Amino acid sequence: MTALADFLIALALAPLLPGIINRVKAFFAGRQGQSPFQLYYDLLKLLRKGAVYSTCATYVFRLGPVIGLAAMLGALAVMPGGSGDALHNFDGGIIFFAYLLALARFAAILAALDTGSSFEGMGASREALYSALAEPPLFVALAMLVKTTGGLSFEAAFPDAALLGGTPRLLAAAALFLVFLAENCRIPTDDPNTHLELTMMHEVMVLDHSGPDFAFISYGAALKMWVLGALTARFLLPFGPGFELRQEALFLAAMFAIALLTGVVESCMARLRLNRVPAMLLAALALSFAAFVTA
Amino acid sequence: MNANPARFALRDIPRLPLSAFRAGVIGAVKEGKTLLALCAMPAGQNMILCAALGLRRKGEIEIVLSEPVGDSYPALTPDCPQAHLFEREIAEQYDIRPEGHPWLKPVRFHQPRRQGASVFPGAPRPGVCDYFAMSGESVHEVAVGPVHAGIIEPGHFRFQCNGEHVFHLEIELGYQHRGIETALAANPKRRLFYMEAAAGDTTIAHTTAYCRALQALSGASADERTDALRAAALELERLANHTGDLGAMAGDIGYLPTMSFCGRLRGDYLNMTALLCGSRFGRGLFGEKGAKHELSIDTASELLNRLSRTARDTETAIDLLWDTPSVLARFEETGKLAPQIARQLGLVGPAARACGMKLDARRDFPTGYYSKNPLEPALCHTGDVYARARVRWLEIRNSLETVQRAAQQAVGPLEPEDTGSLAPESMAVALEEGWRGEICHLARTDKNGLLDFYKVTDPSFKNWAGLAMSLRDQQVSDFPLCNKSFNLSYCGHDL
Repeated sequence: MTALADFLIALALAPLLPGIINRVKAFFAGRQGQSPFQLYYDLLKLLRKGAVYSTCATYVFRLGPVIGLAAMLGALAVMPGGSGDALHNFDGGIIFFAYLLALARFAAILAALDTGSSFEGMGASREALYSALAEPPLFVALAMLVKTTGGLSFEAAFPDAALLGGTPRLLAAAALFLVFLAENCRIPTDDPNTHLELTMMHEVMVLDHSGPDFAFISYGAALKMWVLGALTARFLLPFGPGFELRQEALFLAAMFAIALLTGVVESCMARLRLNRVPAMLLAALALSFAAFVTA
Repeated sequence: MNANPARFALRDIPRLPLSAFRAGVIGAVKEGKTLLALCAMPAGQNMILCAALGLRRKGEIEIVLSEPVGDSYPALTPDCPQAHLFEREIAEQYDIRPEGHPWLKPVRFHQPRRQGASVFPGAPRPGVCDYFAMSGESVHEVAVGPVHAGIIEPGHFRFQCNGEHVFHLEIELGYQHRGIETALAANPKRRLFYMEAAAGDTTIAHTTAYCRALQALSGASADERTDALRAAALELERLANHTGDLGAMAGDIGYLPTMSFCGRLRGDYLNMTALLCGSRFGRGLFGEKGAKHELSIDTASELLNRLSRTARDTETAIDLLWDTPSVLARFEETGKLAPQIARQLGLVGPAARACGMKLDARRDFPTGYYSKNPLEPALCHTGDVYARARVRWLEIRNSLETVQRAAQQAVGPLEPEDTGSLAPESMAVALEEGWRGEICHLARTDKNGLLDFYKVTDPSFKNWAGLAMSLRDQQVSDFPLCNKSFNLSYCGHDL
């Protein structure tokens, strides 16, 4: 029951995260900024619109957003929220989670290539390269969990992670935060606000999507931000199953803190040169390894 | 040989045979003179070639004319790369074929002004022409524009790449062609307007160059206060654009603080120009007979007040760039242009000064205020995006000082400048350092003292090739940043 509540909370609050990031950035820039609920309005608007399809795009293009959103819903189902329970808990959930992220990406890349646009091809190749580099730190951090607990499900692993010292958990959370930035196309790897088609990664891949398809993509991206944020947060807050108001509040506070931190990072630094992004992801891998070794 | 703005009586300019003309221009450029402009012009029934050359260390300008050319002549470009775009322009405008030009294509895609060698047969359509192409398994082509995702002017860019690596970039413009040069001679009453609109963000510099050309042709002496006002307005224009550029470069790399502040500060500088004349871009500030708006003591003190406030904020906003490692990592070594290439292409303005070329029309060919207040050009040597940003910052600091001093000198009643009657059968060359670089205006009068030929060379015309070269062996994703670091004008090129 509490797991279902957590799931619904995530569904409802996920679009708030980008809103908070934007608000923080606006604050740093001395602007008032858009409402933190802007993404909700955008989603409603997009759902009411029709979609335009290129004549040379096939069903692969239409399938992309659907698979992407479905994968994110699946990932959210195995990721425990504030209560510590996951909606769907089974041995192997950790692997399932990682591969769902990969599946969503695969669908997005195929949909981008399906348009035949040179920009989208370029964005797809960048996405493929950098997400491949972002996977090892994620896996090593997950391996650390598995090594400690012996189980392959988040629900079993997170409580046991409390047995770990603070150092490996902090290191892993730091690595996961870098993965969070990279996977969610935030500065310093990508700039979600740019209109410069030649520098985009994720944004250029979805240029051809419109209407409900684009709503699916935007909502899927918000959910992705939520699950990766939850993963990072739960490394720092490894409480067990069962509902507690304090836990729930702590978890949500951590989620908003991550959004806040992302906004601060985006306001204080420039984007990396594209060919320096691997260096950052390697640093994340090094952090993960350090966590793994010290655990 | 003459100082800027220079006047020449047509009968005094030697008409060289084509071979001597060609050798003379190539030799002059090799000796270190700058090819300010090269064009074809009608002379009676015939066409002649005309080159304006500048000798920087002496501040001298000279004009060379050729004997009549037929429908073709041996191109200068193979021995003098600076001439490459000028010769394409000659081929397009007057249908004269520069034999041996390595890459002969239209510049602006319009019908020729006369029928000649049919260099580009048929009705030209913008962007429809041959492009440099590479072939091979892994090489691919990325084409961008003329319609872009942002609100910018139209231009077509073609990259030959292997993955993210760029081998070659070809830039095709011409979509903004309005026919300003022909309209100038045909419509005297609208001339000032065309000058103000030649490149909208360079209104003051183009208008000033035009006024200088008229001064040279009429022999009118310039009013000292008007000259000071010209300098103040010109530097305000530079301040607004340089600040805006630095902000836009910060925006391109996703660095929010400088981007947000500079957007506001640019507006502040534009509003200072509006304080002078009511137009943020300085339209209507100057006319053929000098300044149209006097600077009162109250306005001047208000201007200086605002200036010192904005200067402080500008310093804070831009210092953030030099203090942030992630910004420096992004700027340094990006879009590097070798000095010898910049020199061969004849680059001007901040882009050239960022490659260590010490050239600035305000120092080399000073007029008015600048001849009394010599100015040391801002220099950098690395030729990358960092250098282009840095040069802008150094120039911002110079300009702040200049506005401060010039505005004080400009206070008071102004004398109209008597540019009513122009000397017949003469030519004039006027140079002005706009914020993008050296602007060259070339004018000719007929036997009644009416302008019958006018040529505008915007610095963008010379610098676009520099942008293309700076992208060699760079990353595709760095193009927007390189582009912004040059920030060239489309309409100034297309005219």
